[in-house]
This record gives sequence, structure tokens and C-alpha cells, in this order.
Amino acid sequence: MDLSIFGYQFMQNAILSAFLGGVACGTIGVFVVLMHMPFIGVCMSHAAFAGALLGLWLGFNPLIGAFALSLLSAAIIGPLADRGELSPETSLGVIFSLMLGLAFLFMGLMPGTKSGALELLWGSILTNTRNDIIYLGIVAAVVVVLVLIFYKEIQATIFHRDMARSVGIQSTLFLYGILFLTGSTISASLTSIGGLLIFSLILNPAAAAYQLTYSMKRMFLLSAGFGVLSGWIGLLFSYIFNIPSGATIVVTSSVIFLIAAIFSPKRRVKGWQTKPLPEAGH
Amino acid sequence: MNSIIDIENAVVSYREDIALRGVSLKVDSGEFVGIVGPNGSGKTTLLTIVNGLGRLHQGQVTVLGHHITSGNGHSLRKKVGYVAQVQNIDPRMPMNVREVVMIGRYGLLGVLRRPSRHDWEIADAVLALVGMDHLARRPIGHLSGGEQQRVAIARCLAQEPELLLLDEPTASLDWKAQSGILELVKQIHNSRHLTTLLVTHDLGCLPLACDRVVLMKEGLIWGEGSPYELLTDDNLSQLYDIPVSVVRSRRQEAAPV
Repeated sequence: MDLSIFGYQFMQNAILSAFLGGVACGTIGVFVVLMHMPFIGVCMSHAAFAGALLGLWLGFNPLIGAFALSLLSAAIIGPLADRGELSPETSLGVIFSLMLGLAFLFMGLMPGTKSGALELLWGSILTNTRNDIIYLGIVAAVVVVLVLIFYKEIQATIFHRDMARSVGIQSTLFLYGILFLTGSTISASLTSIGGLLIFSLILNPAAAAYQLTYSMKRMFLLSAGFGVLSGWIGLLFSYIFNIPSGATIVVTSSVIFLIAAIFSPKRRVKGWQTKPLPEAGH
Repeated sequence: MNSIIDIENAVVSYREDIALRGVSLKVDSGEFVGIVGPNGSGKTTLLTIVNGLGRLHQGQVTVLGHHITSGNGHSLRKKVGYVAQVQNIDPRMPMNVREVVMIGRYGLLGVLRRPSRHDWEIADAVLALVGMDHLARRPIGHLSGGEQQRVAIARCLAQEPELLLLDEPTASLDWKAQSGILELVKQIHNSRHLTTLLVTHDLGCLPLACDRVVLMKEGLIWGEGSPYELLTDDNLSQLYDIPVSVVRSRRQEAAPV
């Protein structure tokens, strides 16, 4: 295989983007999986997509649009998730369909060719600019540093929000912080992975890590590792077969999940469960 | 005796439903108070206004010298242990029993401080106290309901609370687990000189455990006093709106053989 491609600046940018995006998405994914809020992530990724399209249509930086709309959706979702008002699935369904509708509306209003919009839909890690990488790097660093600093509060909030509140932790504040980080990570990774696929890179590595460990610290590490691995292997397949990188990254993360699920120690039946039951009356 | 809980004319409503309709109650330091009443009578809401989780519509609540207003409850909650009903915990949750007990100390530690060796020693000591030290490394989701309630009590004790609130800690547990948990709570209450509020439907345990019983119905305190005087067949018949004969037969069924 000709490896001279890795000497080019655009490929080095892509490798660095895959690393930073994998770490950020993998870390955020742990919140999404353990707090049972995958639909919140889907909703926020579509909000980011709609915001980026708004930026493209009105001629400002799509990243700013993605950031603004994903945080707006977090501000709407936060109180719904915290107070348990309405049925969360119903209200999230309404926000999700609104965001999707807005995305297609902005795409329709956009003059000229829609190539920029389609790039946001599928993602294009190979065209990432220096600015994209800086933004992704800042978000990845903020996510990792905040998890390290507030690990115990985050752990308690993830375990049980009401219980965390009952011991004096301001778990509502941490819930909003988690949603804010999720929105920021989705926005920063949008150009690399694409609006339709970004959520898979958040969910799959964490879901794979969840199959393999009973330690939350190890789950964070495994999930970030699987995120990076998905990005790098996906990038390699994208180069070899000349197919869209966003798709290969997501398919790779799904395969990693499948392997983890098959070999999960959590699926094994314990020896004592197969022992014969004691006789009745003894 | 000094009151460490002083509730005056508390009104709490959830939209159109009024959960408490002007409740006043004083609890002295060291008391063990049982709270009894039918479902929807306001028992859980009463506990949540004591630890500042519930929002008062009207009235005043002072607990451990803190005058509770909306937003200042989290500093009080560091001193108040709260055990809720058996929770559904994800069996694959990546946390072990010891880590869950340590959460009890997180509020006391405050942000930016990590648990020290001393904190872990306290967590291990309270796990041993509730008889769960042999399961310290077990994933929390692998425990039975009774074991999870023992862990919840250990988590509260790790908090080193002055006040213990228990909201139906034995609901949905079998008879053996129920009696084990209640004996443990009574023993801890006595040995640690706590003040305890226990919401329960297990009327049989109340005379043994409680100094005083509060009966609640439709968001009001319907009666309070000694459990032996208050928990009569006639009172229970009126409290639960069922005939006296039914109360008697239920009590006979519930009595230990």
C-alpha cells in the first residue's frame, strides 16, 4: 500500500481530527448511554445540523450556527429532562421533527448548488481546515478536563440525579453542563462526520465500552479509545475504497460495538445460576 | 427538648393537586417518628420539604437551624440522610457497592476535593455496619432489593447525618428483608443518636420502632401521638376508609406466626 498519502497536510489534519473527535464523542457518549438519553443526542445533532445550514444560507460561519442551535435545543430539553414534565419521548419527538424541518427549510431556501449543505450532511473529514481542528481541539480538551475535575459530581449525577441532589450535589447544574458539552461536541464534530452520522460516533463507542466493564473510569477510557479507533480505521477504509469518510467511520464504530456485544462478559451466565435448585421443603 | 424540625402551616401543590394543606409539625432531637397514611396523603411530600427538595407554596420550614427557602436546600441536605423506596438500578451500571456508598460523602467534600483514605475508611466502616462489607466490590445492579436498601442506608450513614429520612424503605421487600432493615434502622438510630422520620405502611413495626406516630390523610395531619394509643382498629378504619372488621383481619394476617 502506498503510504505517501500520510505525508500530505490534509491527511494529517484528518488523522488529528479523527483523534480529537473520537476522544470528545467517546467521552460524551458515556453520559448519553448511562443516562439513557440517546434520543436527546439525536435531537441535538439534528439541531446542530439545522444551525449549520442556517449559517450557510445567511452567510455566517456554519460552526457558530450549529453551536447556537444545539445549545438552544439543550436549553429546551434540559428542563424537560430534569422535571420529567410531559412524556420526554413525545416532547423530544416534537423538537426533533422541528429541527429536521428547519434543516430542510434552510436547505431549500439556499440559493445555488447545495454542495456545502450535502457536505454537512455526510461530513468530510479530509477537508477539515486548521480552524476546524482548533475548534475540535478546544472542545475535546474542555470535555476531558471538565470530566477529570468534576468526576465525582458527574458520577453521582449519572448514577441517580435525585439521589445526587439528596446528598447536596447540585445535579441540575451538572445535567445542564452535560447537555452543554454534548451540544458543543456535536457542533465541533459536524463538519468531520456529518449531521446524519455524528450521533452514531457518540453512541456506538460508549455502547461498546458499556458491554465490557463494570468500572465507570474504565468505561470513559475504553469509549474514548474506541472513538479514536473508529475514526482512524474508518479513515483508512475511506482512503482505500475511495468512499465517504463519515460513513466508514460510523460503520467501523458499529462493528466495534457488535464485537464488544458478542464478547461481552456481562452476557455470561454465572456458574451458580446453572447449579440445581435445592429440593422443596429443605 | 429543642425542635430540630419545625414546620408551620406548610402548603405544597403540584399544579392543581394540593399535596399538603397547611401542615404543622415539630420534631425534637433524638425522636423516632413514624408517618402513616393512605397513598396520596402527603407523606413523601412531607419528607421532601424537610430536606428542601420539595417547594413550599406557603408556610415556613426550619430544619437543623436552616430556614428553608427555594434554592438553599443543598447545604442542608449535606446533613440529612434520605433513603427512598427501592429504585430500579440498571443491572449493567458500571459502579460497585463501595463507590455508591462513597457518593454519600460527595456533598460534604464539596467540589474539587477527591475522597481521601479517611473517606474510604468511613465508607468501609458503614458498609460493615449494615452487614454489606462482603459485597463491597460487587456491581451495584447485581444486588437484591433488600441488599440495595442496606447500601442506601450505608450511603446515608457515610454522610454522617444528623437527621435520617426514610421513605418506605421496605416497600416491595420480602418479610425477612423488611424486618432486617427496620431492626438495622432502629439500631443505628439509637447508637448514633439520630433523629429519624420513617414513612411506612408496615403498621406492625411502628410500636416497636417509633416514639411517636403521625397519621396523615388528604394532605393534613389527622392525628399524632404514641403508637400504642393511636394505632387502634377504629382509627385505622377511619384513616384508610375501610371497615373495622377488615382492619382486624389484615392485622391478624400480618402478625408474625
